[in-house]
Amino acid sequence: MKFDRHARRKLFSHTIAVITGLCVIAILYPLVNLIYTAVQKGGTVLFQLTFLTAITPNACSAVSCETVGIGPAVQGTIILVGLASLISVPVGVLAAIFATEYRTRGLGRAISFTADVLSGVPSIIMGAFIFGYFVLYNPTIVYSTISGSLALSVIMIPIITRTTEEALRTVPIATREAALALGISKWKATLRIVLIGALPGILTGVLLGVMRAAGEAAPLLFTAFGSQLFFRGLNQPVAALPLLIYYYALSSASNWQAIAWGATLFLLGAILITNVVSRYVIHRLGRQMVGGT
Amino acid sequence: MIGGTAKLKTDRLTAYYGANPAIKDISLEFPERKVTAIIGPSGCGKSTFIRCLNRMHETQPKTKVEGKVLLDGEDIYTEDPVRVRRRIGMVFQKPNPFVTMSIYNNVSVALRFNGHHPRDYVDAAVIRSLKQAALWDEVKDRVDHPATSLSGGQQQRLCIARALAAQPEVLLMDEPCSALDPLATAKIEELIGQLKQDYTVVIVTHNLQQAARVADFTAFFYLGGLVEFGPTETLFERPREKLTESYITGRFG
Repeated sequence: MKFDRHARRKLFSHTIAVITGLCVIAILYPLVNLIYTAVQKGGTVLFQLTFLTAITPNACSAVSCETVGIGPAVQGTIILVGLASLISVPVGVLAAIFATEYRTRGLGRAISFTADVLSGVPSIIMGAFIFGYFVLYNPTIVYSTISGSLALSVIMIPIITRTTEEALRTVPIATREAALALGISKWKATLRIVLIGALPGILTGVLLGVMRAAGEAAPLLFTAFGSQLFFRGLNQPVAALPLLIYYYALSSASNWQAIAWGATLFLLGAILITNVVSRYVIHRLGRQMVGGT
Repeated sequence: MIGGTAKLKTDRLTAYYGANPAIKDISLEFPERKVTAIIGPSGCGKSTFIRCLNRMHETQPKTKVEGKVLLDGEDIYTEDPVRVRRRIGMVFQKPNPFVTMSIYNNVSVALRFNGHHPRDYVDAAVIRSLKQAALWDEVKDRVDHPATSLSGGQQQRLCIARALAAQPEVLLMDEPCSALDPLATAKIEELIGQLKQDYTVVIVTHNLQQAARVADFTAFFYLGGLVEFGPTETLFERPREKLTESYITGRFG
């Protein structure tokens, strides 16, 4: 009788272990498969020397080209995300400072709530919103680097605001009190002490925003629009990696699909490497600050 | 009531959290270059009171202060709080050094942020303040190390040095030893004895022996009101009020 109960318990425990293990595999399989397929199908094109700098093949009728690649999209994504960061980092960080440091009762909470709602809005709707705005007020540059960066910045701002708020809240009240009690003015205490203390968290938030924006295709479909050519000005359409992947993956030509795979592998790798390196740097920065060994 | 001149004075000071007064109608005088202790059971308003003396109370949400606090006869509530806090420094219950800064940068922070001073002036002020806080000998070879590399007692002395470097006239200490071990406490108490040569010191403590050891004058607070104030010896040996006597003889607290 006793032995029976023990055996049943053991069987149950093993069953649970097997089920949870299968769930882990279910999570890991798509990731491993994704990376494997991307390497298999995109590896050969990505490791051609000129792949990241050469022009895309659909421009070859206009310009003669011996090698093809994703140069304009790499350049376009850097420009779009760079401009979007220039807009969203100050706006996002300052909004978070206002919400946590200068909160006047309901207003601070309203900012947090707005940021939460905004970060839940599907990105294609953000793109449509920017599209609509430009159609109404600035129709000559509906499809442009400017509208594309704005669409991306609308996606980045709530991410940066929320993570910055969290980071600011990790700085103890005692730190703010220490600064004020020394006769340091509120804004100096905020900018030069509280903000510095929250820096590792803020950088993590900026990074999350950048990576999210770099991978977004939907909001760029009707803003940045995509281009076969290198950057030609802020008021002109511009190429972007997610757009390139979208267009080329739909193509029927297998060499074009290969380019989409190469771009996928590059985007995956770039995001992964940026993530790892910057997390390491941020971690070091954080440790340096609290003076750990 | 007391000999000498009052550096700091409160006149019918009442402070609120929301609608509830935490202290009521407190009128007290703090003599210049003396140590005044504020004692009383937990929740009697000691901390609220001392935080009104440099306008830190109002930095918390939903607070209000009524009455006057006079520094050299001028009401600090009619002045710029930032300037008030430069003249009246504060040391908190828990050591709160700036964790992102080195020892040197912690001590020099008020001078660096609040004005433009030549480097050697700041250097001299840092050394002087660390010496005054009896910390110099322990840190002189590593002022560029992070403040967090110091022990709790050293961190509290660092906070004292940081407050002194701002060159205040009055130093407020809100239970400065409550987070420290007996050895570190003894060091801080010895330090307070020296500080009164240059500063008017107000210290909140829940430790009666500490008040008896360091303070020239003592005020006893109970339920947000001032019960008794006088020279420390008198208050401890011949208290006028029954309530004071019960408290210092340990009948409640």
